[in-house]
Order: sequence, then structure tokens, then C-alpha cells
Amino acid sequence: MREVIEVRVTAKRHAKSDTVWRRSSLQWKEAITGIVFASPWIIGFVLFIAGPMLASVVLSFMKWDLLTSPKWVGLSNYKKLIFDDPLVYQALKVTTIYAFTSVPLQVILGLLLATLLNQRIKLLSLYRSIYYLPSVIGGIAVAIMWRWILGTRFGLINGLLRLIGIQGPSWLGDPKWVLVSFVLMSLWGTGGTMLIYLGGLQSIPTELYEAAQVDGAGTWARFIKITVPMMTPVIFFNMIMAIIASLQEFVAPFIMTNGGPHNASLFLVLYLYRNGFQFFQMGYASALAWLIFAYIIVLTGLVLRSSSAWVYYEGSMRGR
Amino acid sequence: MNQSRVRVPTYVKIFPRYWSPIEALQRVAIYMILSAGAIIVLMPFAWTLSTALKEPADIFTFPPQWIPDPIMWSNFPTALSAYPFGRWLRNTIFVVSISTLGILLSCSLVAYSFSRLRWPGRDVLFLVLLATMMLPGQVTLIPTFILFRYFGWVNTFLPLIVPPFFARNAFYVFLLRQFFMTIPLELDDAARIDGASYFDIYWRILLPMSKPALAIAAIMFSQFKWKEFMAPLIYLHDSEKFTIALGLRAFMGQYGPETDWNLMMAANIVFMIPLLIVFYFAQRYFIQGIVFTGIKG
Repeated sequence: MREVIEVRVTAKRHAKSDTVWRRSSLQWKEAITGIVFASPWIIGFVLFIAGPMLASVVLSFMKWDLLTSPKWVGLSNYKKLIFDDPLVYQALKVTTIYAFTSVPLQVILGLLLATLLNQRIKLLSLYRSIYYLPSVIGGIAVAIMWRWILGTRFGLINGLLRLIGIQGPSWLGDPKWVLVSFVLMSLWGTGGTMLIYLGGLQSIPTELYEAAQVDGAGTWARFIKITVPMMTPVIFFNMIMAIIASLQEFVAPFIMTNGGPHNASLFLVLYLYRNGFQFFQMGYASALAWLIFAYIIVLTGLVLRSSSAWVYYEGSMRGR
Repeated sequence: MNQSRVRVPTYVKIFPRYWSPIEALQRVAIYMILSAGAIIVLMPFAWTLSTALKEPADIFTFPPQWIPDPIMWSNFPTALSAYPFGRWLRNTIFVVSISTLGILLSCSLVAYSFSRLRWPGRDVLFLVLLATMMLPGQVTLIPTFILFRYFGWVNTFLPLIVPPFFARNAFYVFLLRQFFMTIPLELDDAARIDGASYFDIYWRILLPMSKPALAIAAIMFSQFKWKEFMAPLIYLHDSEKFTIALGLRAFMGQYGPETDWNLMMAANIVFMIPLLIVFYFAQRYFIQGIVFTGIKG
């Protein structure tokens, strides 16, 4: 009798622990499978992102030309970056001027174009495709194309200007005009962001416009008082993306001017490329990379900080 | 019978509802602005095509001549045979197809894990993954180059095709995860009860159901890879190994072609055609991809 009870108890206990074990084994199996399936990214993250980031910090304190062995030089790369290299200031200046003109203009133009396209017009998809075309081609092909078009003597733009009696400038050859050229080119490609605006515009409830119209608001008032405030989250997003992209501009200046004339289009990443892959100063180039990173963080951080003052999120209590 | 039908005046066909004169003027203005913008956008492309079909003597004429006379179709074979274009094309197709395959396999598997499997640390790692999307590539550029150089991978295609197999472009993980989240979890449970493994669920249920999202990812990534410039520039040194984007730059030379702009533009068009064809047939996916994630390719 006692034996039987004992057997029952152990059997019961066994059964209980068995179910517990089985359930947790299922969870274990799921967890292990999850980690195994995520492992391509985890390995890639360690090998190609986290590892290189750490290495980049270490490298920025070293002098290394890849041929001789690396030498620890402490802060001297950063000292050179801040105090002894006028080209860093030139690159910062060029990139800043470009970003501060091209980004706001892109935002305004993109929003205006999207508003026009949002008027229930015919041929919407045709216009949309045309405006998106520059983003499809992108990069080097566009740079080559514009280098030809902006030619001083035989370029299309100066040819057309001459037809109406204007002597066009030396777009890419004049330090005063070269950044203007790059800004114009970036505006030409603004259709890529316009699509995102269009998506945002289509989600604005039409009742708002109808109510405003009943109250007698004109087209312009409706645009300023309804469209712009409702679009601020999209504007904010596009602005951040445009800032990041403009601070990393490389292909166009590399192909069209190679930084010239007189370093007037020496963008930061172009200068980084030169130091890393033409002068083989791996340490100094790493320090420069961190400068670019810091600059991106600072600018996007400022926009982020300011956003509470001008970005309107529906449902949030602003300023309370 | 005909009398019961109201004749529709032409102006109603053009303006589907009644437009006041001011509104009608506004519409006309809108079309004019949009068309002017479209012309400005298209003009460089038209000029590229026009230049590509000109004979050398006609390139530098004033006023600008839009229709080439004679039309030099032979510029295309001339441009393509002046450089090992066939070789570059094959290199590019190889790199694009292998790396796109890598991105689709790795990112979909990782996205499956992040969207449907529960494991410790998942949510924190997903935040890390999102953060890497914003990380400027310059920070990892130099050490990654040194790493690949240490592997002996410089001047091979490996630096261009191996990272995609490790989901290096986290954006596509994000895109596919967003899509997987819309597929009901009950499907997984039902499959589990029928004895399917996690891999079966991924391979036999999720992937077949996610064809539109996979198509978006494949199109966006392959277009990006076709145009990619900086990585080939850094890693590929022999002209035998160039991709077509890098080849264009070789064509151009350091200071630009002095006279051969017609050949240069012909080569440029050859480079653009696949991008345009894919865009034409897959516009829907481009728009969807943008609307879906809010990021342009």
C-alpha cells in the first residue's frame, strides 16, 4: 500500500516536472531558433558595424599608412584636425553651405510640387513618374550628365542662356558658382522626396479643407493653415533624411569637380576619401570620419530638439 | 430613344464638374507649372540622348541642336568596344544578382526571427538594428577596408557580395519585418500543430506569402547595387574587375573626355537603360516601397 502511494507520488511529480520541462523546452527551442535565425545579422553587426566602429576609435589615435606598422600617436590626429588643417575648415564650410541651402529648398520645392500633384489632376501617375526619374538614375550617371550640361562653353544650360542673350557663368569652374551648381542639381532630383510628401498629403482628412472653405479660407490660407501644419511630421522626417544625405555627398563632387576649383567643392566625405584612399592616412581618415559623424549627430540633434516647437502630431497635447 | 440621353457638352468632359473661371484658371496654371517642371526634369535626359546620337563635329554647336543629323547609331557599338564594357556588364550582373540573393535570404530570415519568434534580448537588438540604419557609412569605411584587405579580398568581388549575406543593409530587415507583422500569427500556430518546424513556417508559409514585399526589396536593392559607386571604387582596382558604374568613371578619366562626349553619353545611356526598364515595369513597387517605409531608395 505504501509502496503504491509512493509510486503514485513519484509518478505524479515526474509527470508534473515533465510538463514543466516540456513547456520550457518549447520556449528554449523557440529562443534558440530565434537567435540562430537572427544570427546572420548578429554576426554581420559584430563583423561589419560594431567591430569596425571600435576599430575606428582606436585607429583615430594611431598613425598608419598600411605599409609600415601602426604607431600610437595619442590625440595628435585630432589636434591636426582642429588646429593644423585648413582643408578641414574648407570642407566643413563647403558642406555646411551646401546643406543649409539645399535642404530647405528641397523641403519647400518638394512640398509645393506634391501639393500641386495632389489636386486630383489627370495624368497624375505620369507626372509622378517623371519627377521620380532623377532618383531612379541617381549617382554617377546623373553626375556625368550634369557635368556635360553645365559645361562653360558647350554646355546645354549656357547654350540656352546664350539664346536669350545671357552670358552664362563657368558653373563648375568658378569657385563662386560651383556650389550653386550642386544645389541646383539637388533640386532637380527633389522628386524622390516629393513622393513621400504626396503620401502624407493624401492622408490629411478632406473635412479640414471643406470646413475651411465654408469659413471662406482661400487656397493660400488653406495651404499655410492646414497643409503645412498637418505635414510637419513628414517635413521633419524628410528634413532629417536630407540633412544626413547632404552631409555625406560624395559621388557628384568626386565625378564633376574632384573638389575643385581651389577646393571650392571639397565636401567632407571627399576629403575623407582622399586621406584614406589616396594619401593612405588611415588614422587621420578615421578621425575625420568621427568628425563627420559628430556633425551629423549635432545637426540632426538640433532639428530633433527644435521639433517639439514646430512638429504637430495629431492627438498629442502640444506645449502642455 | 436617343432623345432621353442628355448631350454632354465638351467643356464638361474636360472639367468633370462645374468650374468657376477662377478655379479653371487655377487648374490651367497648375498644369502649366507641372508641365514646365516635367520638361526641366526631362531636359537633361533628352540632351544626353541627343548627344549620344551625334557625330563628333555636331557636339559643340551653337545654338544647341536637339535632333542629331545624321543620327549616329554607331556611337553605341563604338563606345561599347572602346572599353571592356561586356566584361563590366557581366561583373555588374554577377555582383547585383548574388548580393540581391544574399539580401533576400538573410534579411527575410532575420526579419522572421525579429517579428515572430520570442527570444531574450530581441527587442533591444531590434532597436540596435534600427539605429544602424541611421549610421553614416563613413564611420565603418576605413576599418572595414582594412579588415577585407587583411582577408585578401581587395580587388575581388567578395567585399561587395559577402556583407549582404549578413543582412548588412538593415533597412531591408525593417521592410520585411513590417510586412511579416501583417500576416496573422494563427497561420504559424496551425502549421506548428501540423508538425511544421520553424524553418518550414519561414520557407513554406511566410516567404510564399511575402512575394510583394520580397519584390520591393529585390528591386530597391538591385537598383542600389547597380548604381553603387564608392565600394567598387575602393575595392576594385583592375579594370578587368570593374563594375559598370566604376567603368563609366574610367571612361570619363580624371579630367573628363576632351571631345568624346557623344561616346561618353552613349555609355551613360547603356548604364541607365536597365534602371529605366526596371522602373517602368515595377513603378508600382517603387511607390509601394516608399509609402510603406517612408524612405526613398
